Amino acid sequence: MSDNNITRPLSVTVGAGPFVRFLRKYALQLGVFAVAIIVWLVFLIGSPRTFLAGDIYVSFMSTTPYFALIAIPLTLIVITGEIDLSFPSVMAFGMMAYSVIFKATGSFWLGFVACLVAGLLAGLLNGLIIVRIGVPSLVATIGTQFLLSGAVMIVTNGQGIGMTEMAQSGLYQALVGKAFGVIPMQFIWTIVIAVIVWFFLNRHRFGAHVYLTGDNIESARLMGVNVGRTKILTFCIVGLVAAFAGFVVSAAVQFYWPTLGGGYMLSTLASVFLGGTSVFGGTGTIFGTFIASFIIGAINAGIVAAGLTGFWLNFIYGLIIVGSVSVQTIVSRRLS
Amino acid sequence: MSYVLQLKNINKTFGEVAALHDVNFEVGTNEIVGLLGDNGAGKSTLVKIITGYHAPDAGGEILWNGKKLDHLSVARAHELGIEVVYQERALADKQSLWRNIFMGRELTRGGGMLDVNRMREETRKLMRTAMGFTSSAITTESTVKTFSGGERQGVAITRALYFKAELVILDEPTMGLSLSETKKCLDFVDGIRAAGKAAIFIDHNIFHVYPVADRIVVLDRGTVAGQFMKNELTLQELTDRLYDVAKSGHLKQ
Repeated sequence: MSDNNITRPLSVTVGAGPFVRFLRKYALQLGVFAVAIIVWLVFLIGSPRTFLAGDIYVSFMSTTPYFALIAIPLTLIVITGEIDLSFPSVMAFGMMAYSVIFKATGSFWLGFVACLVAGLLAGLLNGLIIVRIGVPSLVATIGTQFLLSGAVMIVTNGQGIGMTEMAQSGLYQALVGKAFGVIPMQFIWTIVIAVIVWFFLNRHRFGAHVYLTGDNIESARLMGVNVGRTKILTFCIVGLVAAFAGFVVSAAVQFYWPTLGGGYMLSTLASVFLGGTSVFGGTGTIFGTFIASFIIGAINAGIVAAGLTGFWLNFIYGLIIVGSVSVQTIVSRRLS
Repeated sequence: MSYVLQLKNINKTFGEVAALHDVNFEVGTNEIVGLLGDNGAGKSTLVKIITGYHAPDAGGEILWNGKKLDHLSVARAHELGIEVVYQERALADKQSLWRNIFMGRELTRGGGMLDVNRMREETRKLMRTAMGFTSSAITTESTVKTFSGGERQGVAITRALYFKAELVILDEPTMGLSLSETKKCLDFVDGIRAAGKAAIFIDHNIFHVYPVADRIVVLDRGTVAGQFMKNELTLQELTDRLYDVAKSGHLKQ
């Protein structure tokens, strides 16, 4: 049904070369990457002895995944224009399910499965409250954050459990062991999850709907995108991965603390926003979040290496969050 | 006359507000129906019922090619070949052109995996033909927020056209367009007739609706105030009667 009589150009604009187009398209990713290189160089010059040795990188690879694992799927939620602040409690909630099942059956495999299922259900609860009831996600997930951590305290009575029996198992080796004797397995898992989430975000209908939902929810609805289901699914994924991360952290220290998760709120959010995912929804990349989480990890180590106290950490994370969302806001205003 | 779409006794209330009251409306096969009405007359609500976005209140009937439709969803309407060019264009500004063309109907290779190369290739073809984008500044990867009003309209219209529409609904398509862009848009409606398809052309500018419509339906305060074939009436007579409708709520036949 195309009509060739009406094929006049609607406008003539000055063209841009392929190189400029490449720069424009990947501006945010390149920017985050540049920040990573700069931070690294600053630390390299500041304390060359630490940053020229391999140990510090092994240390990054073992501790950064604790929050990078969650930051990666959290990127999906932020792209849809929502937020999840309940994931620290979900880490503890999943492990609560583990402790209950482990005590009842003695099987840490069953406990592991219970942990993942509990995380998934916590994510589903968030999704249903936000989509079906219509509570803004910021408020809903502050609510479930307290709800879930409260439930953890009631059930565990504030008591943790040791996980030393697990240290001999294949599950321990698979999650927090060392690949080739050096590379921490949690780092491998972070890459695996990043690749899977990248694939679904960029090469699957689900990811296309995630972008459309966050960009213009009304347009997406009019064109038949099931925006409610898309959002619920993103919350389920974050719930599942948060519980997985909770298990990884607990397995690494061989102990489950019911207060687990509290320390990861800021570093996770800072990774997503520093990675260039827009707080207004509709744009964001997994690559950006991945690189940004290692910048955060490096800053973490760098502060200690520079001899500053841990009190500086929150201040600097806060600065990164406020700074990166402000830059995004200014850039998006310039473009529109 | 055979009808592609018939609506019988359609009511739609939002809370206390009756947006549509006992509306009977039909579109003939290969007919261009102009739908006129002031702001708040219920035009957009009617469109959203036809496209499956809103469900009508119980009691009415929707028939497609003479067959009753039980439950009309957005997906079902797409399957039937009901395509809409929305007033607000229904675009996602920060996404690339190809993602906008295939919004909600992504081409996949099974299992929901996107066939990105094919979507880019199809978009490239459409840019050269239907959209008439020849500027080198626009590629399949361009985000639509950089487009002009006419270009955005071109994307919305092309999208409707690509998916083999049987009935195209244009909801205030000329809004915000320049003179030449409006001309292009009206040419497109003529193209729909030439292709043997049907269309509903909604506008409150009668000077745009009159030249392209076969039949004109006037909606006022949620009811059909009247309708007539275009050849029964001159543009001046139509204008006079519309003033009457605005005052009395009825159309003198």
